[in-house]
Amino acid sequence: MKDKLMEVRKKAAKSLGEISSLNQLEELRVKLLGKKGELTSIMKEMGKLSKEERPVVGQLANEVRSYIEGELAHAKLHLEEKALDIKLRSEKIDVTMPGKIPAYGHRHPMNIVIEDIKRIFIGMGYEIAEGPEIEDAYYNFTALNIPEGHTARDEQDTFYVEGLGDFLLRTQTSPMQVRVMENRKPPIRIIAPGRVYRSDEVDATHSPIFHQLEGLVIDKGITMGDLKGALEVFAKQLFGEETKVRFRPHHFPFTEPSAEMDATCFGCGGKGCRICKDSGWIEMLGCGMVHPKVLEMSGIDPKVYSGFAFGMGLERVTMQRYGINDLRLLFENDAKFLRQF
Amino acid sequence: MDLPISWLKEYVDIDCDVNTFMDKMTMAGQKVEGFADNVCNKARAIRNCVVGRIEKIEKHPNADKLVVCQVNIGKEENIQIVTGAPNVFEGAYVPVALDGAVLANDVRIKKGKLRGVESNGMMCSIEELGFTEHDFPDAEYGIYILRDKPELGSDITEVLQLTDDVIEFEITNNRPDCYSIIGLAREAAAAFNKPFKYPDIEVKALAEGNSSDFVSVEIKNPELCPRYIGRVVKNVKIEPSPLWLRHRLTAAGVRPINNIVDITNYVMLELGQPMHAFDIDTIDEGRIIVRNAEDGEKFTTLDGQQRVLDSSMLVISDPNKAVAVAGVMGGENSKVSPNAAAILFESANFNGPNIRITAKKLGMRTDASAKYEKGLDPNTAYDAVNRAVQLVEMLGCGEVVPGMVDCYPNKREPWEVEYSAESINKLIGFDLSDQEMTDILKLVEVEADGRKAKIPTFRPDLESEADLAEEVARFYGYDKIKTTLAAGTPTCGKKSISQLIEDKTAEVMTAAGLSEAMTFSFESPKVYDKLHIPADSPLRKAVRITNPLGEDFSIMRTQTVNSMLNSLSLNYSRRNGECKLFEMGRVYIPEEVPMKKLPYEQPTLTIGMYGEDVDFYTVKGIIEELAKVLGFNDKLYFMPKSDIPYMHPGRLAEVFYGKESLGYVGEVHPLILKNYSIGVKAYIAVMDIAKYNKLASFEHTFKPLPKYPAVERDIAMLVDDDTTVMEIENIIRQKGGKYLDQVKLFDVYRGDQIKKGYKSVAYSIKFRSADRTLTDDDVSKPIEKIITTLRDKLGAQLRDK
Repeated sequence: MKDKLMEVRKKAAKSLGEISSLNQLEELRVKLLGKKGELTSIMKEMGKLSKEERPVVGQLANEVRSYIEGELAHAKLHLEEKALDIKLRSEKIDVTMPGKIPAYGHRHPMNIVIEDIKRIFIGMGYEIAEGPEIEDAYYNFTALNIPEGHTARDEQDTFYVEGLGDFLLRTQTSPMQVRVMENRKPPIRIIAPGRVYRSDEVDATHSPIFHQLEGLVIDKGITMGDLKGALEVFAKQLFGEETKVRFRPHHFPFTEPSAEMDATCFGCGGKGCRICKDSGWIEMLGCGMVHPKVLEMSGIDPKVYSGFAFGMGLERVTMQRYGINDLRLLFENDAKFLRQF
Repeated sequence: MDLPISWLKEYVDIDCDVNTFMDKMTMAGQKVEGFADNVCNKARAIRNCVVGRIEKIEKHPNADKLVVCQVNIGKEENIQIVTGAPNVFEGAYVPVALDGAVLANDVRIKKGKLRGVESNGMMCSIEELGFTEHDFPDAEYGIYILRDKPELGSDITEVLQLTDDVIEFEITNNRPDCYSIIGLAREAAAAFNKPFKYPDIEVKALAEGNSSDFVSVEIKNPELCPRYIGRVVKNVKIEPSPLWLRHRLTAAGVRPINNIVDITNYVMLELGQPMHAFDIDTIDEGRIIVRNAEDGEKFTTLDGQQRVLDSSMLVISDPNKAVAVAGVMGGENSKVSPNAAAILFESANFNGPNIRITAKKLGMRTDASAKYEKGLDPNTAYDAVNRAVQLVEMLGCGEVVPGMVDCYPNKREPWEVEYSAESINKLIGFDLSDQEMTDILKLVEVEADGRKAKIPTFRPDLESEADLAEEVARFYGYDKIKTTLAAGTPTCGKKSISQLIEDKTAEVMTAAGLSEAMTFSFESPKVYDKLHIPADSPLRKAVRITNPLGEDFSIMRTQTVNSMLNSLSLNYSRRNGECKLFEMGRVYIPEEVPMKKLPYEQPTLTIGMYGEDVDFYTVKGIIEELAKVLGFNDKLYFMPKSDIPYMHPGRLAEVFYGKESLGYVGEVHPLILKNYSIGVKAYIAVMDIAKYNKLASFEHTFKPLPKYPAVERDIAMLVDDDTTVMEIENIIRQKGGKYLDQVKLFDVYRGDQIKKGYKSVAYSIKFRSADRTLTDDDVSKPIEKIITTLRDKLGAQLRDK
């Protein structure tokens, strides 16, 4: 009997090796362990054994049974995994089909740039000021040291508006400087972005409506070195750490000394290219120390306080950052354009 | 301002290369725009073109109109050139472009055969060298014949002084002195710390008599004419100027005309002082009267145009007639004719703004007026007139009469500006000694002693200590000022609450799939008709632009709908299948028209959408979500509205918070859609940002999460079609009792199974308690109340499921 048992075990091991499906496995289980199975048949003959042999053979039989059961279970698991794998493989999809894009909208590229600039200056302790677009000539010109008859009044191609006063569409964001100085005590650190208006026909680089950003810092002991420092940090934050800046003397009626800041050209990094007309520099902004007359007119004592101011156009920065080649795109609102930012 | 380097070198010894020069000038505050678009810069490209002499001319064997020339170019062997030019002769000196030469406009010359005869180059006309008969008045049709017989084989660009480095400067309007070669030379001398040589102006004045024998000057309006100098030249010979003078004018971008005109232009370029020459015989009684024009006075200027003047304009006149519009242009009646016997040079000073306005009114901004309008130094006029007559003597084109008539009632004297080195140091952030500052100021001819600085009269921009600080800083070098970060009182950088609310608004809009638009804030008054806005609507009360670019841009918008519909229309016309936009912009609401004070600029949120998945409720949902995020949804509700003319009267709701109207949301009226060529339904919402700004709050209080299950009841009812679900919901909420947790509309149905004029409305109502599980009994009472009230108040009939 012992031999028979060992035979069954041997046969089982062999058969298990040849099994390739769950059905075959079940057939094998019935054949070996079923009511009429081989092992069962052998077990039925146990009665014929002597008392001494019975426990020994019984133990062996149990061992063989549990061996077979173990192997069957193992084979089953293996086959199931294989079957699942086959099934999953048959469920494959084309992962190169387009994704389902969440339907969120996009901010206007100009406002993305404005937000970036705000973040930089907020980090340096600035607040955001606002002011009216329809202005009194006093704020747009006179209080900025551009008295009546000054050439700058003509040069800025001002739009005037009807009214019983000297009203106009602001030609610059600088009047917000004056309004802030009139309404707040130093220390003042503000930036003021906004819409400005000049009588230019619409084309690829001009628009009668465009955007500027103004900055103003007033405190005791502010120097031109501070002006350079703040704007250098700003340029590096906005355009990248590798950006270099230079300050050139310039003239604005409301600052003295005045400067223009150039940044290394984004196109060539300063080597010279078509964009920067081979100079390696791109004109970025105008700035300077607030003119003592301007401080005085706004009620700030220039003997106690000093400060700096700066102003920059935002259309060009936006266009340069995104490589937009036509200013009109910014005001058209074509969804295909807006979706790109 | 175009600066020829060769001319500059007359006054300052600049020996560096041009790029270094440009960099240094830029960094010292005279910004270089680049090389000027100038014929002398272009002539630098000319290569391999030399002086030759035609030794022999023979007929071309195969062509009647061609000749074969043997040309001596200073080498052992003559070269053979075939030409068709009519004006060549044996012995003529001519420009010769050799094989491989480059001429103007990148024309390249190669040897070859012309009708079978070898030609080893080309003889050139002045045009082929890039110039015109104005630059070279002796040029005739055909080859340019060199009259001076220069050395054979020498480079033609040198012989004819064709080339120069002409640099274009951007002059800031506070520096009228720099609109001159002298002014830029002075700056260059300071920038390079080299001596500045002012031109030696010496006049022999060998003629008899005195200028005052010929003319008198009377200034009627000294405010507009601070100075007027006249000086007389007799026996004038009008002819072309010599080459050196013509070259300087051409290089500076001024076309040579004749010696007298060229001299006035030369002085204007060199010293920045415009000059004018009158034929003295045309001035009645030799009396110059500087006066305001009469209103309506007619005057014909040099260009042959008749101008109508007004009394704000200044004219130069004699007792009987005007002879020039002061500072702008001379008159046809007094111009120097080719046979003028004597001329009067005018060197005057006029009020800048007045000249600017006159030139603008007359639409004739001339070289002279462009200089005057900056405001010139009256003291320059003296040197200028002498410089002009000096040139007359140099050119030998007239006899200068001694003396001048100089009417200068209020002499401009140098002024003093007080300063302290300490406060300049403090303003800039450097540490210069008294001596260092005085030395720098001396570079720009400012005499300073540490406390006071004496300002030369040509620098009206130097008025205060800050102006001196700039002079010191720019020649010390802006780049050498140490970079620091503002110390001082620390401030907290932040956005205001209302700015944060606007940020949040943009966040909600983009999350809802809307992209941000940006539109113009002025538009045409015609948009009101386009939007069917009635004639008496307050919306038509708009701020009007006095000098608009055109009617289409002539009023400041009082509503944002037109801009938004234009944007939707553009998208529709470009076949964008859907378009979802929002804009945060301003409308401009004047209190009254014409305005007495600045208008209210109301920040406005505008939503505009069209697309397959867009309907009224899409837009409404965005507003509801906005209200929820900004914490003002507690009293938010929507009331049907039908009185906005550009909106669909049945699909429009006014947005309320409590009793306050915040805006509206709805479908655009189909007729308006047609006006904007939008072929699909479009939806608009307009919200007053300022109003919801006040209601918004970022404060939210936590509500504990439910521990016990809810009991849910569905009710369906038939109601009159006009009944709004808001009315139903209000009743459910009022009568729902304390356990009412959630009311949700889940079905509205009109159709075959429903009586006409009615609709079926179904709600799912949830009840929940915070401290126990509710039983059926807890909810049956409120449900009953709800049903009874719905029946009594709205005539609702409960439907069986």
